[in-house]
Amino acid sequence: MSDKGTILKIKDISKEYPSVKANDSVSLDLEYGKIQALLGENGAGKSTLVKIIYGLVKPDSGRMYLNDMEYRPKGPQDARSKGVGMVFQHFSLFDALSVFENIVLGLDNILEKKELQKQIIDVSSEYGLSISLDKIVGNLSAGERQRIEIIRCLLLNPKIMIMDEPTSVLTPGEVSDLFLVLKKLSKSGMSILYISHKLEEIRTICTKATIMRRGRVVKNCDPQKISATKIAEEMVGTSFSSPKKSKIKKGKECLQINNLSFQPSDPFGIPIKNLNLKLHHGEIIGIGGVAGNGQEEFLSLLSGELKPSNGSLFFNDEDITKLNVVERRNKGILSAPEERLGHAAVPAMSLTENCLITAEHRMKLSKRGLIDYTISKNLSDRIIKKLDVRTGGSDALARSLSGGNLQKFVIGRELIQNPKIFIVNQPTWGVDAAAASSIRQQILDLAKEGTGIIVISQDLDELLEISDVFCALVGGQLSSPEMTNELNPSRLGMLISNSIE
Amino acid sequence: MDFSDINFSLLIASLIVAATPILLAALGELVAEKSGVLNLGVEGMMIFGAISGFIITIETKNPWLGFLCSSIGGILLASIFAVVTQIFRANQVASGLALTLFGLGFSALLGQSYTGLKPVSFPDMHIPILADIPVIGIILFQHDFIVYFSIFAVFLVYYLFRKSHFGLIIKAVGENHDSAHALGYNVILIRFFTILLGGALAGLGGGYLSLVRVPQWTEGMTAGAGWIALALVVFASWQPFRLLIGAYIFGGITLLQLNLQALGLEINVALLSMSPYLVTIGVLVFMSARRNKNSLEAPKSLGKTFFGL
Repeated sequence: MSDKGTILKIKDISKEYPSVKANDSVSLDLEYGKIQALLGENGAGKSTLVKIIYGLVKPDSGRMYLNDMEYRPKGPQDARSKGVGMVFQHFSLFDALSVFENIVLGLDNILEKKELQKQIIDVSSEYGLSISLDKIVGNLSAGERQRIEIIRCLLLNPKIMIMDEPTSVLTPGEVSDLFLVLKKLSKSGMSILYISHKLEEIRTICTKATIMRRGRVVKNCDPQKISATKIAEEMVGTSFSSPKKSKIKKGKECLQINNLSFQPSDPFGIPIKNLNLKLHHGEIIGIGGVAGNGQEEFLSLLSGELKPSNGSLFFNDEDITKLNVVERRNKGILSAPEERLGHAAVPAMSLTENCLITAEHRMKLSKRGLIDYTISKNLSDRIIKKLDVRTGGSDALARSLSGGNLQKFVIGRELIQNPKIFIVNQPTWGVDAAAASSIRQQILDLAKEGTGIIVISQDLDELLEISDVFCALVGGQLSSPEMTNELNPSRLGMLISNSIE
Repeated sequence: MDFSDINFSLLIASLIVAATPILLAALGELVAEKSGVLNLGVEGMMIFGAISGFIITIETKNPWLGFLCSSIGGILLASIFAVVTQIFRANQVASGLALTLFGLGFSALLGQSYTGLKPVSFPDMHIPILADIPVIGIILFQHDFIVYFSIFAVFLVYYLFRKSHFGLIIKAVGENHDSAHALGYNVILIRFFTILLGGALAGLGGGYLSLVRVPQWTEGMTAGAGWIALALVVFASWQPFRLLIGAYIFGGITLLQLNLQALGLEINVALLSMSPYLVTIGVLVFMSARRNKNSLEAPKSLGKTFFGL
């Protein structure tokens, strides 16, 4: 590979928002034909920097140079016309429109339909990105959606492609497909700025990494030459230990799921089909799989928010199929759903009030219909202390907390109630590495005390780290349980992608 | 029972006239809702259009100028809504309700000295040859310009959302304004345009009411037509041709029940008066019951305020 120097030079970019300095004189050089990583925790300023490059946000100060020419995009259209493309992770596709319409919307010059179709087919066959144009995007998998985004970007012949957390919703198979495409692209001379906080994948495909923390660049390095732990410490700014799993003896059976089925009324919902599972005291069952395969429905069926259309649930040999959420909570079956704001916590209410929502009955926070605020406040103070939640105090509103801190609080709120069974979906989604490892440690400690735990997660490394038994939930169906310590990566990949076909 | 007093081709011809104000207003609202804006001020924009057009027609004796001004009246009211909801990011439901109340009150104030007057009549345009075909000629080809325009507008809106690039952008903004913004589309500008277009069509519909359909000015003369238009958009699943069918069914039953009342049928008058509403909603619910899950849902960003990134 030829090293032709720098294509994009960013010098001393700063951007301040009312409450935070998102970028504090950030400098970065992007080289020709390289896949370069931009690393950092949530809130480190990666997204802001990328939005500045793509013209969505105007910097307060600083300059950018594209091929030694001053580069000052007026907006995304301007950026695209100068050869800077972006593949978004979350918010740039339209569910109700077809694949073709979605692609058209991302282009700036309007072509004849036939001509454009030909171009799309050319690009997709060149890079092995197969796609069918007439499908409605709302029905596609995450991998297929990403292919649309990439094709849309490639049609503009960009010189630089920015990818924002491209693998966070993909199966292992889809990730390796994506990496093949990226390598092909970089070989053809494209520069790729790759944003992620997954260290292992950065170590496989990136040759240069820029690490950001609190709006500043703290280090430039070659990720293949230093260890993942070292990178992680640079990202967080402190060293931390990974959770330790101790041998636990499996206790008596505590939850039995028999032929659980569910037919959703929402047209985009996922039906759950004939699900069987046995959970024992002190056992952690990990449920893997890409989001949108029935994870939310599964958790809601166990918590009592959804009623199954078929099948039954037994808790210590007692039929709990017909019990509602509160009755199940009173028995000690607690859960923490994935969506922090809006599902697990009410954004506009204080932490104490959010604590009341799930703990009122079990922790006796009210008497004769009146809330005892002293006890409630004590309880939420204890949660804050136990999980090291960084907040102004228990009167702070839930939405004022950062994602990671709120997640700690939401999990802590259930842990402190001594659950008999604990079900959690995506315990460490969008949480920084240090907080994630402390949450995992808490879950392990809980199992040690004899609680049966079901962890639903997309993060396979997390499940391998903490769970005893592994099942994959794909298309609403559960694979048969396998011992986690006997699994190898290829078997795991097969389980996750198996029933998709 | 004797139905021979009812001339059916005349009835159909006049149902088209009766339905035109609702059709126009509903079309405008459809475009606005496709872009994600829920404007509950249709009733207010209609009646403001009705009085603006009426005053100008009385003063200038030119109904063409009157129709132009009823559109401008609608646009004026819509621009208040656009500024309040798009620039100051106020809640769309509350702003729309306020707009309706404001339109009703303000039009009553303006119209005080115009009650009971009769505007210059608006000429029908008989289309040569076609108008002489028996039955069909009377039904379809002996109307005035606005009726032809309203039907043309249905085709235009259909074409807009089916084929045109601009229509696709409007849909995209209504589906997911954050995505549209991320791709570089000016969400606020596009919504401004659709809101004003909605106002123009609602105002024109109102003008048609006071200049042709009734034709005179009475306070609160829209009598809920704006609300019917709003409901039609939803029950027609945001599809212009269903909207046309819905509006014509509503207009037809309204006229039919009036005719039946005149015949002295022994059905409670209250039942007859509510029949247009019941039948229209019934038919549209039936049509949308077999909906294809992808194409017929409401725009996802409908009624949501856009804050930018």
